[in-house]
Amino acid sequence: MEGSVAYDNDLNLKATELRLGLPGTHDERQEQQQKQPVSNVRNNKRPSGESYGQNEAAPPPKAQIVGWPPIRSYRKNNSQPKKTDTEGGGIYIKVSMDGAPYLRKIDLQVYSGYPELLQAVENMFKFNIGEYSEREGYKGSDYAPTYEDKDGDWMLVGDVPWEMFITSCKRLRIMKGSEARGLGCGV
Amino acid sequence: MHKKMAFSFPDEVLEHVFSFIQSDKDRNSVSLVCKSWYEIERWCRRKVFVGNCYAVSPRMVIKRFPEFRSIELKGKPHFADFNLVPDGWGGYVFPWIVEMAGAVPWLEEIKLKRMVVTDESLELIAKSFKNFKVLILSSCEGFSTDGLAAIAASCKNLKELDLRDCEVDDLSGHWLSHFPDTYTSLVALNISCLGSDEVSLSALERLVGRCTSLKTLRLNRAVPLDKVANILRRAPQLVEFGTGTYAAELRPDVYSDFAGAFSSCKELKSLSGFWDVVPDYLPAIYPVCSKLTSLNLSYATIQSPELIKLVSHCPNLQRLLVLDYIEDSGLEALASSCKDLQELRVFPSDPFGVEPNVSLTEQGLVAVSSGCPKLQSVLYFCRRMSNEALVTVAKNCPNFTRFRLCIIEPRTADYLTLEPLDVGFGAIVQYCKDLQRLSLSGLLTDRVFEYIGTYAKKLEMLSVAFAGDSDLGLHHVLSGCESLRKLEIRDCPFGDKALLANAAKLETMRSLWMSSCAVSFGACKLLAQKMPRLNVEVIDERGPPDSRPESCSVDKLYIYRTVAGSRFDMPPFVWTMEDDPSLQLS
Repeated sequence: MEGSVAYDNDLNLKATELRLGLPGTHDERQEQQQKQPVSNVRNNKRPSGESYGQNEAAPPPKAQIVGWPPIRSYRKNNSQPKKTDTEGGGIYIKVSMDGAPYLRKIDLQVYSGYPELLQAVENMFKFNIGEYSEREGYKGSDYAPTYEDKDGDWMLVGDVPWEMFITSCKRLRIMKGSEARGLGCGV
Repeated sequence: MHKKMAFSFPDEVLEHVFSFIQSDKDRNSVSLVCKSWYEIERWCRRKVFVGNCYAVSPRMVIKRFPEFRSIELKGKPHFADFNLVPDGWGGYVFPWIVEMAGAVPWLEEIKLKRMVVTDESLELIAKSFKNFKVLILSSCEGFSTDGLAAIAASCKNLKELDLRDCEVDDLSGHWLSHFPDTYTSLVALNISCLGSDEVSLSALERLVGRCTSLKTLRLNRAVPLDKVANILRRAPQLVEFGTGTYAAELRPDVYSDFAGAFSSCKELKSLSGFWDVVPDYLPAIYPVCSKLTSLNLSYATIQSPELIKLVSHCPNLQRLLVLDYIEDSGLEALASSCKDLQELRVFPSDPFGVEPNVSLTEQGLVAVSSGCPKLQSVLYFCRRMSNEALVTVAKNCPNFTRFRLCIIEPRTADYLTLEPLDVGFGAIVQYCKDLQRLSLSGLLTDRVFEYIGTYAKKLEMLSVAFAGDSDLGLHHVLSGCESLRKLEIRDCPFGDKALLANAAKLETMRSLWMSSCAVSFGACKLLAQKMPRLNVEVIDERGPPDSRPESCSVDKLYIYRTVAGSRFDMPPFVWTMEDDPSLQLS
């Protein structure tokens, strides 16, 4: 049974108070609370560039406390403007296919070359692209994968080296039908 | 037994009188006057508010208020916003929808906060309520754009669809196309939380074009700036507008198109959005600034000079949300330009940085408190504070109703005197007699709680973190704060004594949250035993509390009053301390 505990300005009534726990356990718990509680320690993400006050002798990153400071997760990344697509963290481009009612988005950096990319696109839209050859483009299907490059021109996918492609490609379009066949000869 | 008074009114007259009483509190008071008033009131209550979805069961609500048309439900504890409540904790709306689908077919409005809403729930809403008009989901999760498609397709009378701060599974932007071509009744649409790039812009444009009553439109980040002009031109009657991304190539034609569309919106009072701001595009909104009462720049990563220019164009501003890039200098400018300011929220741009990245200190807060006599509501993140500043702020703003201060580093002392900030917060509660909500931070001893218990008589919600020395602190609050409804505490040395000594108080409150404190499992059990109308729930991901000694502290504790007994939907890491299962009410 808990007894009534008299509180007055001087807190320490330990001698006369009735407690629930086993003797001695209260002090242990008190001591535990003095340490800064750190649960779910994570690496401190430091913003790049912008913070002034940051120099060579900056203190080591502190372990983060869960839920502190109390801000919603969607507010956590406001320390710098959103990175443009090509600066670290993926090259995202939109992929559309003639006749399909939806667009997709892919990260070109994920693929190591054209075969992988085309395979992924085929899977995404459930169709077959056909065999590529430099002279004749994509044979054996009604589709041709094209892309818009930095200059706004529409090119056939595969004509330029892969590295050049991923830096110049703005978006992908899987063309269908006669338009596709027209591009077969490349630029 | 009650006597019918000779001059009593017929029921219809009373009902008519009651129809002017909208506030929940007043309705509850009315229902307590006498049995006949209780009866009349319950049949004509049209709006039901349930502050804790587990405090009462849907059947009980429907039984008491058979004719309601609007329901507001809240689920998870507030600290869920900061990831302190593990996933799967609860707050499911589906059982409510199921009961209401059968019994309240004329339901028009559903407002939910911090609840789990599934596509199944949304589909059931779409199917069940023929006159459904308003869906407001605030900080909810669990649904995808498929659920939204169902709402769009079926709710012919829908007026409001507001998804504020929700986590939505973005499967396809095509859900917008499910609004039929004949559908024109939209008044408010808030999709700012959606991530998908594929919000079909053409569908959006068409929808906006045919809904001529549209007053509120908040777009998501994916809508590019150069498309906003098309949308705005179709809705010059907009009162509240949230942009998508505010970045575009600096081209004169794009700019003038955008600026032109903006200036055609003569009714705009509220602006938000502003992701990825390119400062050169800001002048486009200057023409509408003089009428603005609300401005949310909390995603705008622009620096103080631009912010100063912007706010100085807004003399009628009442509400400002902004990042700490505004700095003290910007807040001083705000204080001299915006004399009508009532609410200010300053968010940290670099919450996890160790060193300050901006020059925002207690001075900014003092400046605003001094320059803005109508200031009532403050949320302020900063890295240093002094008692002197807090006392000044308190004296400047005796009308505060909400004061939430977050000094980013826990247990930070007064930077001038190195003392605790007890006196500063004490001044706040002493001078601000109408204070309803308070969040504490910094170095605080039991003394601050003594002040709070003594002075904060109207305080309804208190948030405490890394504060206090002993149970006395908690005791001061529980025994002194007469109006307290919600108390949330984390990482404080509060234990069993204060809790058990004030057990009865807990039944007068909506809820109590305590995490990383010093409350033992044994005390939880005892409390549950003493107070059968409280649900005492222990949240502990380490495993069952009874696998450890009774004196062991529980990880997290959530206590709330209820007439519905223990809940049935608890995940494996939540244990309810109940004494006798047969005491549960259905």
